[in-house]
Amino acid sequence: MGCSCTDKKVWQFSDPTIDPSLMEGTFEKYAGSPGTLIPILQKAQDLYGYLPFDLLAYIAHRTGIQPAKVMGVVTFYTQFRTKPIGKNLILLCQGTACHVNGSADIEEAIRDHLQVEEGEITENGLFTYNNVACLGCCSLAPVIMIGQKFYGNLTKESVVDVLKKLEQEEGAQ
Amino acid sequence: MKVTVGKGSCGIAAGAGEIFSLLEQESASPIVTGCIGMCYLEPIVNVIGDDGKMQIFVNVDETAAREILKLSRGETNEADKYAIKKEDLDALDSQHRIALVNCGIIDPENIDEYIARQGYEAAKKCITQLSPDQVIDVIKVSGLSGRGGAGFPTWFKWKAAKDARPGPDGKKYVICNADEGDPGAFMDRAVIEGDPHALIEGMMIAARAIGSDEGVVYVRAEYPLAITRLEHALTQAREKGMLGKNIFGSNFSFDMRIKAGAGAFVCGEETALIASLEGERGMPRLKPPFPAQKGFWQKPSNINNVETYANVPWILREGGEAFSALGTENSKGTKVFALTGKIAKGGLIEIPMGKTIKDVVYGVGGGIKGGKAFKAVQMGGPSGGCIPAALEDTMIDYKTLGATGAIMGSGGMVVMDETTCMVDMARFFLDFTCKESCGKCTHCRIGNRRMLEVLERICAGDGKEGDVELLSDLAVQVKEASLCGLGQTSPNPVLTTIRYFREEYDDHILRKKCTAKSCKPLLTFTINDKCIGCTLCKKKCPSDCITGKVKEKHEIVQADCVKCGKCKEVCKFDAVSVD
Repeated sequence: MGCSCTDKKVWQFSDPTIDPSLMEGTFEKYAGSPGTLIPILQKAQDLYGYLPFDLLAYIAHRTGIQPAKVMGVVTFYTQFRTKPIGKNLILLCQGTACHVNGSADIEEAIRDHLQVEEGEITENGLFTYNNVACLGCCSLAPVIMIGQKFYGNLTKESVVDVLKKLEQEEGAQ
Repeated sequence: MKVTVGKGSCGIAAGAGEIFSLLEQESASPIVTGCIGMCYLEPIVNVIGDDGKMQIFVNVDETAAREILKLSRGETNEADKYAIKKEDLDALDSQHRIALVNCGIIDPENIDEYIARQGYEAAKKCITQLSPDQVIDVIKVSGLSGRGGAGFPTWFKWKAAKDARPGPDGKKYVICNADEGDPGAFMDRAVIEGDPHALIEGMMIAARAIGSDEGVVYVRAEYPLAITRLEHALTQAREKGMLGKNIFGSNFSFDMRIKAGAGAFVCGEETALIASLEGERGMPRLKPPFPAQKGFWQKPSNINNVETYANVPWILREGGEAFSALGTENSKGTKVFALTGKIAKGGLIEIPMGKTIKDVVYGVGGGIKGGKAFKAVQMGGPSGGCIPAALEDTMIDYKTLGATGAIMGSGGMVVMDETTCMVDMARFFLDFTCKESCGKCTHCRIGNRRMLEVLERICAGDGKEGDVELLSDLAVQVKEASLCGLGQTSPNPVLTTIRYFREEYDDHILRKKCTAKSCKPLLTFTINDKCIGCTLCKKKCPSDCITGKVKEKHEIVQADCVKCGKCKEVCKFDAVSVD
């Protein structure tokens, strides 16, 4: 139920890397089935890394869902982000087991090393770190996850080693 | 000779992937299994002889893997050095496994291994021999109650969903809550990763009992491996005709799908979960109507968690009496716990109800890490409470745990030692609840926030007399005026810590001390006589508040100290005391 002005609009995105045609298959797959906004948003975030405002407006237009509702869903769930992230997303577990085993120190070490706050991108574009409630790897506490890989039993020193190693690998490429 | 490698998420994190590849390269044809629960011994490799005898090797590194390779080839080897110790084996044997019966034993990616261990026999029996009422009766006899936290009798939910009148299309849903958001809990992940068919079979049986043909599993997006394994298991089950139309030649049809959650703790509440499944913000609503009457798309729906469903095939196979023979008068069967925190042998355990906390911490868990003193165990996550060491003889049972102010919860058991500050723990959980509150109820949204602010100021050394009373008062109001379980239970960590550790609150507020030496603003750093004047702390101090010359004892100017602890961290002579 998009309004008539958006129907004729030529969609241009503030982020030039966003190619909306990549979403066509997803729109087609879920066309007409109710309750599929979350999988659509998940797919979009998979493709583009984040969900900028104009992309959300576009998704609202294509699905016929009110933009306010799309925004409401995006802001409700922690998985969705509206800002871009660095090449490697570091998920820092702040679960109970990690907390009692010193995850606050790990966060401090990461912040000191990367010189960024949570959610920001490092100057070299390589990293963003986010705190998460629990990664479910409590026996390895404190733990972080980068990509699909877990790093456990961390100390202030070993977490910096992990980051340095990744920086080196990225530099070598 | 068969070689298996435990490749659950934690095994992989400990390096099981590398060990697996190595064994594969050396053509030992290793087989993947899920998590056996002994996370502290990962990576774990099992060698099963042709006679069925199993040898377990633990903390396997590359050298160990090479010895195991030799063993599998019948060459002389030193694999014994890496064999599991007797005490660890005893800890494993002391458990009673029902939900985890296949975890770490079978290949979760191979349906034939599940079938070989009587898999899908229970479903077949339910579909071809038993009526829905008979199935519900077996569950009733077993005394199985919801393992997600609330402990509601499973048969009652099933009966309500069975008796509910569907709409004209006859649609009913079976839903699995695998949105394990409770920090410190990972049993659902382990079951799906290690034995996905048990969940599928459990849901099939529930579907048969209530008359549903469609199932949905709502899994956390943070569990990518669990989602992959479950997808794979569903495909295999369809190929074998376990899912689909006219299962086992009957007129019963059932299929299921996975829905990845998007990260919201409140979606563990069933009405919020349904809202999320429908693509909305996951906000709970008032009950009744219960999901059994009006659930997913307003159709009758049965919602249980993973562990509950995983118990079902065993119960139907062995009989309800076999299950109810285990446990206590009001809590039947076994319960899976994720034992974590300051525990020596952390991992996943399954024990009969009725064991004591002491049995778990000192028996299966091997006591406290580093020989420190056991202080408390936190059960039930943000909805639960801290049970002090003084109550270590408390029986694990819904009623007795409830009497302590904690709850059984989904099974997170976080052990704390003398270095854990209980006020900080309360602050930690409230911080979590504030972030996860959906915002619908005023008391949960604002009351928890005010409580957090009070706790934050206590931890920062700015606590005021009367703060504990203020917290208690707010806690009662939040509990009473919140709609769903999240708000109703969120003050529990605060209330139990006040109840059992009031002294620590008073220390923080009145004496400005943190006895656990955890709240930094309350600590005083001083340099003792061990100082040799190396000047390292002086160089590293961010606020330039350390004075002293080379080879002379240094001193900290307390007025300028920011209590960052850097001096203690860098000192090689243990010359910085903390009080």
